[in-house]
Amino acid sequence: MSKPLKQIHLAAHFPGVNNTTVWSDPEAGSHIEFSSFAHFAQTAERAKFDFLFLAEGLRLREQGGKIYDLDVVGRPDTFTVLTALAAVTEHLGLTGTINSTFNEPYEVARQFASLDHLSGGRAAWNVVTSWDAFTGENFRRGGFLPQEERYSRAKEFLATANELFDSWRGDEIVADQGTGTFLRDAKSGAFVHKGQHFDIEGQFNVPRSPQGRPVVFQAGDSDEGREFAASDADAIFSRYSTLKAGQEFYTDVKGRLAKYGRTHDQLLILPAATFVLGDTDTEAEELAREVRRQQVSGATAIKHLEFVWNRDLSAYDPDGPLPDIDPDLGEHTIARGRAQVRMYRDPLAIAREWRELAAANKWSIRDLVIETGNRQAFVGSPATVAKTINDFVQADASDGFILVPHITPGGLDVFADKVVPLLQERGVFRTEYEGTTLRDHLGLAHPDADAPRERAAS
Amino acid sequence: MSSSSSSLPASPLSSTSLHLAVALDGAGWHPAAWREPEARPRDQFTAGYWADLVKEAEHGLLDFVTFEDGLGLQSSHFAEPDGRTDQVRGRLDAVLIAARVAPLTRHIGLVPTVVATHTEPFHISKAIATLDYVSTGRAGLRIQVSGRQNEAAHFGRRTIPRIRFGEAYAPEIQEVITELFEEAADYVEVVRRLWDSWEDDAEIRDVATGRFIDRDKLHYIDFEGRHFSVKGPSITPRPPQGQPIVSALGHETVPYRLIGRSADIGYVTPHDTAQARAIVDEIRTEQAAAGRAEEPLHIFGDLVVFLDDDPAAAAARRDRLDGLAGYAYASDATVFTGTPAQLADLLLQWQQAGLTGFRLRPAVIGQDLPKITRGLVPELQRRGAFRTAYESDTLRGLLGLARPANRYAAATA
Repeated sequence: MSKPLKQIHLAAHFPGVNNTTVWSDPEAGSHIEFSSFAHFAQTAERAKFDFLFLAEGLRLREQGGKIYDLDVVGRPDTFTVLTALAAVTEHLGLTGTINSTFNEPYEVARQFASLDHLSGGRAAWNVVTSWDAFTGENFRRGGFLPQEERYSRAKEFLATANELFDSWRGDEIVADQGTGTFLRDAKSGAFVHKGQHFDIEGQFNVPRSPQGRPVVFQAGDSDEGREFAASDADAIFSRYSTLKAGQEFYTDVKGRLAKYGRTHDQLLILPAATFVLGDTDTEAEELAREVRRQQVSGATAIKHLEFVWNRDLSAYDPDGPLPDIDPDLGEHTIARGRAQVRMYRDPLAIAREWRELAAANKWSIRDLVIETGNRQAFVGSPATVAKTINDFVQADASDGFILVPHITPGGLDVFADKVVPLLQERGVFRTEYEGTTLRDHLGLAHPDADAPRERAAS
Repeated sequence: MSSSSSSLPASPLSSTSLHLAVALDGAGWHPAAWREPEARPRDQFTAGYWADLVKEAEHGLLDFVTFEDGLGLQSSHFAEPDGRTDQVRGRLDAVLIAARVAPLTRHIGLVPTVVATHTEPFHISKAIATLDYVSTGRAGLRIQVSGRQNEAAHFGRRTIPRIRFGEAYAPEIQEVITELFEEAADYVEVVRRLWDSWEDDAEIRDVATGRFIDRDKLHYIDFEGRHFSVKGPSITPRPPQGQPIVSALGHETVPYRLIGRSADIGYVTPHDTAQARAIVDEIRTEQAAAGRAEEPLHIFGDLVVFLDDDPAAAAARRDRLDGLAGYAYASDATVFTGTPAQLADLLLQWQQAGLTGFRLRPAVIGQDLPKITRGLVPELQRRGAFRTAYESDTLRGLLGLARPANRYAAATA
């Protein structure tokens, strides 16, 4: 007996401030004008995608004490641009990354509830944490949060926001013009939260929104991050877009759900995935190589080597050999505002390995960074890419993908036109939206659907 | 006018044309407005409601609309919740309402209220910059402070003493109010510096050197104040208008100082021409004291309006709504009842006192907004006192304000 085919979930990540985004391409348009966002969102909706995804960073990155100038810089306010996009789309989910450290629950809950009302139930929140004093310099409290407390604050922030969302049940607004009763209950929106991070009380002032609560995403990869996702999130924005790593992550995280009384279908695993399409697989491979060279200029290669070396390497020739000196193992000071530098946990070993690789292959610094950097997740003809995506999902490497095109804003168009129809032919991707809310698209129950059971159990 | 003997700054426009805005709040400014048949009270939490209102205002060629907001439930009391269930309670975030409407309109300015007291200037700066992007140059903000204890408790970060109506002029309360407004002035300073923290031509896309930006054209703002320090630069490039519009409502010296120091538009609430003239003089004096005498600063009169072609019907409607509310509605602003022609007379008379425009608060939006756009506006046009077509695609343009130079741009050449 064969397993029924899983339906694939697809989303589009507006290309952001990483070197995956090729701004030097003649096709590359504005990263900040609303017309770029509108084009991108409308393409995603034309392709019947589940949602659009926006990342966020609250301090411009620096390297060597200077603002990092090689990648796309500059992005809009997440809530404002997502709400504007609600005006130019009808079905597409709108997922925003919002930090739980440099915000307060009352304000963020108002903004998500407002976005959900103004989009007719399409809001989602990717809850991220940060703690660094570097980012804190832009905010009232500065770097107030110890690193080890960032998940404890994030968890309490989300719990508090949920209390605010739930402070209105949805039947309070009577608005009976005859009798003059507007609110059923003067205490609508009343809440009290006394916790380690938040001590607040009063009345929330946004009535219950169509989805009840926004869909919640989590993106952290640490053990704590995975637990947070298993206990609290509806979906994970993960980084494992290869088959084996994807399956391991999928099994690990889904395996954590049971202890929170949750089932496999209550948490979707959606890795970020880049792609390059060509008429043939060979053409796509060639194009992918070319894109990787565009993504890593000589200057970018030096900067990426600095992430590992933790030293100023600006004197090195990107077309020459790797540095003989070893990485500085002291506190990482060279690159600020980047999460990825923390992934290089043993810089000496990486440096040794990279020198060996470069020597064996006669690679320059730039060659090495290109070759060891992330290869695009999906490279091939539309048929190949459609088959690969489907194989991954059916093999439980994910429940779908959040696609990250390398060109703004048109990089999604060819995927929409060439790959989506093939997935639809296979019967694994919707041909029309079946519901109106993002919860509908993702197959997630409305939070109130659980309410009677919870009440009965208590 | 260079021939003027006045030592006070001039208003931005020498023409006789006045500027008109409408203040949107719920179903209207009268507490029983939502009970009128045109009110659509259940729709206030939908995008369609706000889109319809702003399109109507744009149909009337208005300069802009403002959106009220607050960090707690609305209340008929001065500084605390009232526990009422017979008036509109609950609202959506004003910046997001403005953003939702922006792509559906082309000319009209969008000015949401933002509360300085409990929010982050960094977030608000990029939110209004983004509103300027999504509206291609039609954004502004109206800055407000919160002196309510219950709203402070929603954030749990500071306490605010209880302020009772009638005690607002007690010295200890004045101290609190002064501090809230000084914080708001710092807040606006940070927001404005962040808007300028990117020069217009900072994005260079220089393929030869691999640089996307010229980082010498990005600037730390290094603001340090009593309430917050902000490093910068913004994460959002300089918005289309350079500096979106900053506006504030004031009723006394402390907020007049904020308006004189920080705003492009002040909203004031005179009750006659003499009072209007006195307020204008006081704000112009504050403006000069802040060293801004040469900068344009609009001063708009706020009025609540009940409009009808029959003046008795307008007054009767007010009485009827007062009956429904259970009390006689009073406002900080003059409450006008009458015909569009009578209102035009009043506005032109007050304009002589130095007001450059008016922000009208429709008593019942469903009734009085169309009376503004389809009654008052044609009346003013007949008198040559209002535009007959939009003359600009940006809010600064509609207000006669040039796109400002960037404070951080090197003064070379």
